[in-house]
Amino acid sequence: MKKIDYLLAGVGGQGTILASRILAHTGLELGYDVKTAEVHGMAQRGGSVESHVRWGKKVHSPLVEHGMADYLIGFEMVEAARWLTYLNNNSVTFINRFRIPPLLVTLGKARYPSEKEIENLLQSRGGKVKWLSADDLAKDAGNPAMAGVVLLGALSNLVGGGREIWLKVIKQLVPARFVEMNQKAFLAGRDAGPG
Amino acid sequence: MKELMTGNEALAYGAYLSGVRVGAGYPGTPGTQIMEKFASFPGVHAEWAPNEKVALDVGIGAAFAGTRALVSMKHVGLNVAADSLFYAVYTGLNAGLLIACADDPGMHSSQNEQDNRNYAKFARAPMLEPSDSEEAKQFAATALEMSETFDTPVIVRFVTRTSHSSSVVDVDPAAVPPPVKENKPYKREIGKFVMVPGNARRRHPVVEERIGKLREYAETTPLNRIEPGNDDWGIVASGAVYQYAREVFPEATFLRLGMVYPLPEKRIREFAGRVKKILVIEELDPFFEEQFRLLGIPVSGKDVFPIVGEFSPSLIRQAAIKAGILPAAVSGFSAAPASDIPIPVRPPILCPGCGHRGMFTVLKEAGVVVMGDIGCYTLGAASPLEALHFCGCMGASIGVAHGMDKGGIPDRLVAVIGDSTLFHSGLHPLINTLYNQGKTTTIIADNGTTSMTGHQHHPGTGYTLQKQPTVKVDLERMIRGIGFNKVDVCDPNKRDDFRKILEDHLKSDEASVIIARRPCALQSRERRTPPRIDPELCLNCGTCLDIGCPPLIQQEDCVSINEALCTGCGLCVQVCPSDAISQEEN
Ligand code: SF4
Ligand code: SF4
Repeated sequence: MKKIDYLLAGVGGQGTILASRILAHTGLELGYDVKTAEVHGMAQRGGSVESHVRWGKKVHSPLVEHGMADYLIGFEMVEAARWLTYLNNNSVTFINRFRIPPLLVTLGKARYPSEKEIENLLQSRGGKVKWLSADDLAKDAGNPAMAGVVLLGALSNLVGGGREIWLKVIKQLVPARFVEMNQKAFLAGRDAGPG
Repeated sequence: MKELMTGNEALAYGAYLSGVRVGAGYPGTPGTQIMEKFASFPGVHAEWAPNEKVALDVGIGAAFAGTRALVSMKHVGLNVAADSLFYAVYTGLNAGLLIACADDPGMHSSQNEQDNRNYAKFARAPMLEPSDSEEAKQFAATALEMSETFDTPVIVRFVTRTSHSSSVVDVDPAAVPPPVKENKPYKREIGKFVMVPGNARRRHPVVEERIGKLREYAETTPLNRIEPGNDDWGIVASGAVYQYAREVFPEATFLRLGMVYPLPEKRIREFAGRVKKILVIEELDPFFEEQFRLLGIPVSGKDVFPIVGEFSPSLIRQAAIKAGILPAAVSGFSAAPASDIPIPVRPPILCPGCGHRGMFTVLKEAGVVVMGDIGCYTLGAASPLEALHFCGCMGASIGVAHGMDKGGIPDRLVAVIGDSTLFHSGLHPLINTLYNQGKTTTIIADNGTTSMTGHQHHPGTGYTLQKQPTVKVDLERMIRGIGFNKVDVCDPNKRDDFRKILEDHLKSDEASVIIARRPCALQSRERRTPPRIDPELCLNCGTCLDIGCPPLIQQEDCVSINEALCTGCGLCVQVCPSDAISQEEN
């Protein structure tokens, strides 16, 4: 059983915590030992947030090591780039083509890197990069807030688990009235494929 | 059955299954969810106390009465509760008392990174430290048994990465807490429970004797263990760091300390006798390291690893490589170097529609010095508002403002404190300002919740932790009741109103209070149509950007509003010098 390390990066309020829970529970369903780590509190007020999710035969540390992430899931472009040091040349990055300019950018005191720059950066350092317009796909499924679930859908093509398992976990973890919507978002991501 | 739980949840679960029926705490990252989870179990009483000291007194009282109790807080909360911890170690209890306390190395959401292991030694209270969620569950049971066997409170220490990490916990769906028997009878033992000098003098030797017995216990408990491996290096670790170290040194011999105070001397010597060299890996203070050195055992520790900040497997590996303990990178691929294009930082900011934003824009224009406190409003110090000039600890704002007033500075001065923080520790300094003839204006940023930690109830919300409707303490009446005559209430996002009241209060020579009341934007459902910016009128001067509201974005020739983020609070409308921003009435 090979270990799989994930890093989910986004902006507070973007739903990284729900996505990491779905990922963690799916790992458990697939028979892995699982650990996760995330931060709550201050950082969640619109700041950078990251969640670590690790699958393995036996997982000790809940934190992924630098250079050891198998998958980076970027909910936002610049946030994906921020966690670059976790990548190695076998890593795969799923990146949401979506920008939330940090306040310093809004104020004109910092520059938001271009899509091309971010692409070059991730590609030159970290294996494959898969772009996804996850916010658009989520909006089509009912709510842009489900972008994370769309990204998981795309990721699910590479990490195992039939769609039934993922859909079941979503059903377990999402409030009843949002289940259908989230499953739809997941499948939209899954169909969009690993690209 | 296997279930994923955070350490916080698992501890609460373990405490529940061990028969704890009373819980009390105060929210604080990373420990908040301990009490939230405990409150969800059937048949328990759980409460948010106004502060950690009250919570601990409540837990101690429940244990006196013969009911097992759980008290939870973040690390700095134990500073507030320390007085009670110290007496409880002297009096002892009756039923078991578990104090769960969460440190925050790296300060993800705290004002310092104090190492609370020192409290165990300082107060002479045994301390356990789980390294994952399964242990958190088990250690809760052990801590309660220890507490009753040795008649002492037992502290279970978390760090952010054990509190907020999820891992697999064995769950027996049929498991229930032991049936509620008769409480262990409470006895009126004046000599044990009344800590006047004469009695306390008799209790101190009991405390020292107890620590001796706990030391014996530490020698045999399975909480501590030697894990045999390659004896070239013997690694000493506990908690989250143990798990990191296990990954970085998979082959080494380990002394794994589940009980961090008191330490087992014989086992340590046995360990030292078998390994060639000892490496103590511990976050923050050299707590173990110092005790090893006192035993005359040479170790490496803080000469290899930093005394500040949070550890991770990467940090441990890099430090060990640098010290020559591990060979340089072995793996086939190397970690990507940091980016060579600048990645803009993204610190936390006040939410769109937050009332604190209106308040700080007015305070900034008034040019006052602002003594702040702990809560979301501490973000008023961040760019571009930069309108908060002090934040020390919970409740410090008002006393410090009064001291500055008495010390004398030319600037006008206010204290800013949130509603939950006021209930926590703001009332005493408020009384002090009045009593000692101060003239500080205190602004209570009243958003009706404990927002930063995730919107917990407090005495001013009208609900208990277990969602029961209850008395809602009326801030205005309470403050008038203390004796304040000058008290006003105002929505701080109505800038003109708020400014008028502020100027009036600043002119006054009496101590006064402004209740700046606006429900937390994350909690209130109120949404109005986002304003429109007329590109013809917009000067693109950036004045509205200076309020630091995320939906406002500067474009080529004018500012635009991201409608998906905007709550329609209308604050930006009020600052535009060119009346370019307008909003429909609705
Ligand atoms: S959570 Fe509430 S109080 Fe905190 S910044 Fe957001 S709106 Fe303001
Ligand atoms: S109305 Fe203006 S100040 Fe209020 S949330 Fe929207 S953009 Fe921000």
